[in-house]
Amino acid sequence: MTLDYKPLQQELAEVGYIADDALAMALCLTMGLGRPLLVEGEAGVGKTEVANALAQALKTRLIRVQCYEGLDANATIYEWNYQRQLLAIRAHERDAVSSDAIERHIFSEDYLLRRPLLEAISQPTPPVLLIDEIDRADEEFEAFLLEILSDFQITIPELGTIRARSIPHVILTSNGTRALSDALRRRCLYSYVDFPDERKELVIVSARLPGIDQRLAEQVVRFVQLVRREGLEKTPGIAETLDWARALVGLDIGSINKDPATVQASLICLLKTEADLKRVPAAVAARLIGKVT
Amino acid sequence: MGRGSAVARLSGFMTHLRRNGFAVGPGETELVLSTLAADEFVLATAARLALKTLLSGNREQWAGFDKLFDAYWFGHDRKLVEGAGAQAYTHPRPDIWIKVLPPDETARAVGRTGNGEAPEEYGGPLIASPSDALSRADLRTLVTPDEVAEAEQIADRLARAIRYRLSRRRIPLRRGEVIDLRRTIRRNLSHGGEPLELRRKHRPERPVKLVVLLDVSGSMKLYSRYFLNFVHGLVAQWLQADAFLFHTRLVRISDALRDRDPSRAMERLSVIAEGFGGGTRIATSLKTFNDRYAKETLNTRSVVIVMSDGYDTDSPEALAVELRRLKQRARRLVWLNPLLGWKDYAPVARAMAVALDYIDCFATAHSLASLALLEDELARL
Repeated sequence: MTLDYKPLQQELAEVGYIADDALAMALCLTMGLGRPLLVEGEAGVGKTEVANALAQALKTRLIRVQCYEGLDANATIYEWNYQRQLLAIRAHERDAVSSDAIERHIFSEDYLLRRPLLEAISQPTPPVLLIDEIDRADEEFEAFLLEILSDFQITIPELGTIRARSIPHVILTSNGTRALSDALRRRCLYSYVDFPDERKELVIVSARLPGIDQRLAEQVVRFVQLVRREGLEKTPGIAETLDWARALVGLDIGSINKDPATVQASLICLLKTEADLKRVPAAVAARLIGKVT
Repeated sequence: MGRGSAVARLSGFMTHLRRNGFAVGPGETELVLSTLAADEFVLATAARLALKTLLSGNREQWAGFDKLFDAYWFGHDRKLVEGAGAQAYTHPRPDIWIKVLPPDETARAVGRTGNGEAPEEYGGPLIASPSDALSRADLRTLVTPDEVAEAEQIADRLARAIRYRLSRRRIPLRRGEVIDLRRTIRRNLSHGGEPLELRRKHRPERPVKLVVLLDVSGSMKLYSRYFLNFVHGLVAQWLQADAFLFHTRLVRISDALRDRDPSRAMERLSVIAEGFGGGTRIATSLKTFNDRYAKETLNTRSVVIVMSDGYDTDSPEALAVELRRLKQRARRLVWLNPLLGWKDYAPVARAMAVALDYIDCFATAHSLASLALLEDELARL
């Protein structure tokens, strides 16, 4: 194992993800130690994107579990294909097959619907397993997730225990809608992703929108950095910055101080609630634009 | 520096972190040692990042790690950081107010609740019996330990009334509303797959989360001691509850309430509650709650109970904004107002008039009897 995270950082940059040193190190350790990584941060700082980029950089599959309240084992590990099982029982009714044989048949792997967690541990090469917004799932789910993440094996009563063919790189993300258990935190490595600073955000915009005029990119990034300090209800994330930049490029706006009305209208890419839109009326926008140009 | 001394320095660092609120044990020390040993040429910056990832467990620790690291390894203003760090990582504890008040004040503020054990069994709906004269006395006159104990019992029953709500996940139940295909098929293999015996599942009731915001300002002074007992009853026995006090600002008191010694808990709280008898800034306090705590304390199964008379020095508009935000996050919003029990009281306090739009249940809370009546009301929410 190595603590040199620069190569990984470079690989991530090649697929368009700009990771700061702390995050690159965290990913490096996750892969080295085979431990899950818990990534926290505000919505829109690119937590989910980390997993995407990692999968691309490692040229492996991304398997994703989106958490929600009420998520359970059936939806995440496996489920039997009941319809097929019923049909199979019917079809074999007339044959002289013993019921034991039928049972063995319909509880074989052919009738198993693999859900993401089972899928993730049965890959020949380690995939990236993204467990998105773990804080939205119930605490019971967290508990059985812990079990899987520590043993990497799943027991199906009808089939027996399935061991992992390879240990996936696990990334969990959380928005902090619920306090996570200490047990889960201790099992995971931890990284907090903040909103990017001006320099990093500019690199991201340039990497994602190669065609953008450098001067416009700078203006956009500085404007967004200022808007983030306005104490909005929903602080715009990187995704919003990129959306807005894309919109401005599409509207053929070379500099944001040129066409105030259009720029103002395009702010809907950045400000996602009614209250926030009201907080940045034309006058405020003009003041901010004045500061960045 | 030899290897032995490096190990000693590192374990010193772990102690240093532990003292500053990090949950790190021997397991972590070992992990760190093996990680650092794996790479011979570790730069200080890389080592710092690696340790930060391995050892911090939440956002506060993540944010404070660099300072602690520098303080230990490079000796920058070590003393200062250790002091500040220790405070930054513990929850605000009410102890700090004990120092503010003279000791005799502390002693007087104690609400004795040593014998205030709530009954374990739920004995049907709570009915205020007419023979119970004290239960209708206005709470301002409530002083004896028995009454305090009763307040806690009522709190406990109210809590039980709203304790469980339906959830989305299903579990097996013989008379459940939905057929459980998996278990049905399994069960009927012996009938050749013909589904003769049906297995069912249902949605179980899962605990509701309770968040209490208690106004302890001057205008509520007469009631606040009693309410504290009530809140204690709600929170102490309940796993998923959080309680906050507010006057001109908001303080989290869940930890103090869970103090194993009930009388000491009440002592700590009474001191906070009585230490401030000034104005009320409901909107500001709610804003603090919304900004800092709402995200992690509230979920879709949360009931928020605000206990306040609605006399607010903030503007009603500000209150409306904060209540709307609160309402978006919580499932139900209950407002208990002791003044409502007074004859001829109408919610004219401007704040109260605004708040009515966002409240699911607006009820009186001036006597034990009136609180008991709430049980039905809350069960329906």
